[in-house]
Amino acid sequence: MLKRSTLLREMGITLLSITLAFGIGAFIIWAAGFSVSAVFINLWKGAFGGKLAIGQTLTKATPIIFTSLSFLIAFRCGLFNIGAEGQMYIGAMVAAVVGAHLHLPIVLHVVACLAAGGLAGAFWGWIPGYLKAQRGVNEFVSTMMLSYVAIGFSDYLVAPRGPLHDDKYWANQTVRIAATAALPRILKPTQVSMALAVAIFFALLVWYYLFRTPAGYELRSVGLSPPAAEYGGIRIKRKLILALSLAGLLAGLAGSGEVLGTHFRFIGRFSPGYGWDGIAGGLIARAHPIGAIFAALLMGALRAGGMQVQRSGAAPGDIAAVLQGLVIFFIIAPTLVRTLIRWRRR
Amino acid sequence: MPEFAVEMRGIVKRFPGVVANDGIDFALQRGEIHGLLGENGAGKTVLMSVLYGLYRPNAGEIFINGTPHKHYSPATAIGLGIGMVHQHFMLVPRLTVAENIMLGQEPTKSGVLLDRDAAVQRIEEFSRQYGLPIDPNARVNQLPVGAQQRVEIIKALYRGADTLILDEPTSVLTEQEVEHLKAALMKLKEEGKSTVLITHKLREAIGMCDRITVLRKGTVVGTVNANETDERELAEMMVGRDVVFTVRRSQATGEPEIALQAKDIEACDDRGLLTLKGVSFDLRKYEILGIAGVQGNGQAELAEVLTGLRPLRSGSISLDGLNLTGKTARDFIAAGISHIPADRQLRGLVMNFSLRENAILGQHRVRPFTLSRFWQSQRAITNHTRRIIEAFGVQAPNTTTLAQNLSGGNQQRLIVGREFSKEPCVIIASQPTRGLDVGGIEYVREQLLKMRDQGAAVLLISMDLDEILMVSDRIAVMYDGQIVAIKDPEETNRRELGELMLSGSPSHAAGYKS
Repeated sequence: MLKRSTLLREMGITLLSITLAFGIGAFIIWAAGFSVSAVFINLWKGAFGGKLAIGQTLTKATPIIFTSLSFLIAFRCGLFNIGAEGQMYIGAMVAAVVGAHLHLPIVLHVVACLAAGGLAGAFWGWIPGYLKAQRGVNEFVSTMMLSYVAIGFSDYLVAPRGPLHDDKYWANQTVRIAATAALPRILKPTQVSMALAVAIFFALLVWYYLFRTPAGYELRSVGLSPPAAEYGGIRIKRKLILALSLAGLLAGLAGSGEVLGTHFRFIGRFSPGYGWDGIAGGLIARAHPIGAIFAALLMGALRAGGMQVQRSGAAPGDIAAVLQGLVIFFIIAPTLVRTLIRWRRR
Repeated sequence: MPEFAVEMRGIVKRFPGVVANDGIDFALQRGEIHGLLGENGAGKTVLMSVLYGLYRPNAGEIFINGTPHKHYSPATAIGLGIGMVHQHFMLVPRLTVAENIMLGQEPTKSGVLLDRDAAVQRIEEFSRQYGLPIDPNARVNQLPVGAQQRVEIIKALYRGADTLILDEPTSVLTEQEVEHLKAALMKLKEEGKSTVLITHKLREAIGMCDRITVLRKGTVVGTVNANETDERELAEMMVGRDVVFTVRRSQATGEPEIALQAKDIEACDDRGLLTLKGVSFDLRKYEILGIAGVQGNGQAELAEVLTGLRPLRSGSISLDGLNLTGKTARDFIAAGISHIPADRQLRGLVMNFSLRENAILGQHRVRPFTLSRFWQSQRAITNHTRRIIEAFGVQAPNTTTLAQNLSGGNQQRLIVGREFSKEPCVIIASQPTRGLDVGGIEYVREQLLKMRDQGAAVLLISMDLDEILMVSDRIAVMYDGQIVAIKDPEETNRRELGELMLSGSPSHAAGYKS
């Protein structure tokens, strides 16, 4: 529990970092010969300028909420889940298959898809968790490598002649999910769907789990001090496996939400890097589940605004990417540095 | 050339809450082997770390070869011909012996290329000259500990050391390796090198050294010639004279049934060396069994084995007839064993948890704190924390303060409060008063006695012999992984216990010379 003054200070630091990032970003835009004001105006317009823009921001923020939660729940147990991207692909794929090929009544079908996608992601997180606990395999490496395996595997499945390819189209995608499996759109005509509500619900759930249940207590104590956790009768290996499985589950839900609410099918390489955004989101949120909602909104806004910057011609997309990178870097750099120092000391 | 290789005058080194060196005078003659003897915490290693430039003293002067030096770094110390071999070796395991030794002082060919052959050749010369056999091309992680130590010594010589500091060099060695080390030290002496040997083993100090300086609680007790002393005298200097205790123990009132039973326990330490070599004892209700011993004789491992934190290699543990052999910490806690760990900041508390969270560590899954898998009673946790804070006098602003923001004494009170409020049937208390102020020490001891009077079986592991004598009903002495004697505190004294602690038997001690 943070005390109010600490909370305010932490938020102040975060806001300062954001301001600093935009300042340096402005300098780079100016130095590159573009109009600073045009870029920032378009960034704002793309992110918050009207219903469509807000819809874009929220659509992009939705999976990032999940992947941020994925990163931070592992982080709370002292682990780095770098593989949310792959866990998300696995979850999305399984949700798409269950959504298209299973026939269930309306609400039940959605729940089944979410459950299946989440469990598939959980399995993809369980593997590095098991390897970490039983064999000491560094999860940093294993989650990332398994991520590439997952993405490559999904490519194969939906490629032409692949077993899940929709033969009606040339694109690398599966067939459309049944109408009963779709999450309803809540801000038409934008793509914002009930997946956003599910994501926020899960943020609250993760908060409750971490701070109000004995299981979450154990998970956090392993993250903060394995020797003390062991002393308290906590079985550390189980917690490591559990934490990475839960991380996989949340990432799997990110992918499921994309399929059920945004695309209504699995599309090869659908993610512009939501899994990676989750690492930044989790760190910006200082590993707090409620903070993850706001961190994801920031990341989503940057993505949406960046697209508008490019469309408007104010600057090439590369400049928008630079700006995104700077914001992420400035916000997480102090946290990341502090974290890595602590991690090495272990 | 001045007579002394090193002279230290009035060295004072304070750490928060502790004076590790309290005005120490120490002189090392050229070409002698000088033993630095004392119990753990006497200040030996700190003194030598000051000499090596690792710590800056708060007061005092240091003369190296007659010239005063102030505020220098280890790099300067090395330049002045001082080399230190730490208790824990500072070697890169995956590099070869030669690579380790030349690290930082690599010889080069034409200024750029590494001249490995030159290094190997020089190492072989040192090896021959000082009788320290070593293969320069072997990988360090494939060498036994004794050989790694030789690497460390050669490393120091390679860097031009005239004065060698060896910190507890024999604690990791086998008998045979100790003999080899002794021979090497004699050779070094012939070559005119001066050596400081930090140790707490009397026999070795007498066997290897020319002179011995004994430290106790940060001060010098005296310096003696090794051939004019014996283990008895040294033991007395180390642990102090017998003192008259104010015994506050009352006779136990309840039925002293056996609570915890340990049979032929064997266990290894973190490095996999057999550290507990067949320990058996009964711990009874209404008693405090004190475990005396010099640190490193298996007490730490014993505490961990008895709380399920360290696996048994063989033997058995049972509590009130319940077999706990091979069970985990979780089962030991459930069986009613409380544990005050020796390292309170590492084991006893999650430093980044609040007091509330720390107050339920180990009981976080049981009523009244947890009512179901998904329901914790925040109010019960807060009330419990408040009770501990009040009953055990923890000085803390509120229950949500982080444990790391408490002073050491208050952290210990929190742990003691948590462990005692479980109403345990067995308490394993490891160094429960270490680092506490006088008031805190007094308080913890009273609490231990109170728990005993209420029927708890208490195992007290302590380096503080006074404490053991003051509160124990029986005293077991551990030496080299075994219980060598169990004594009645009324019928023993510091001297007898000290001899048992330091040599394993009272009869050997008198007049031993090697």
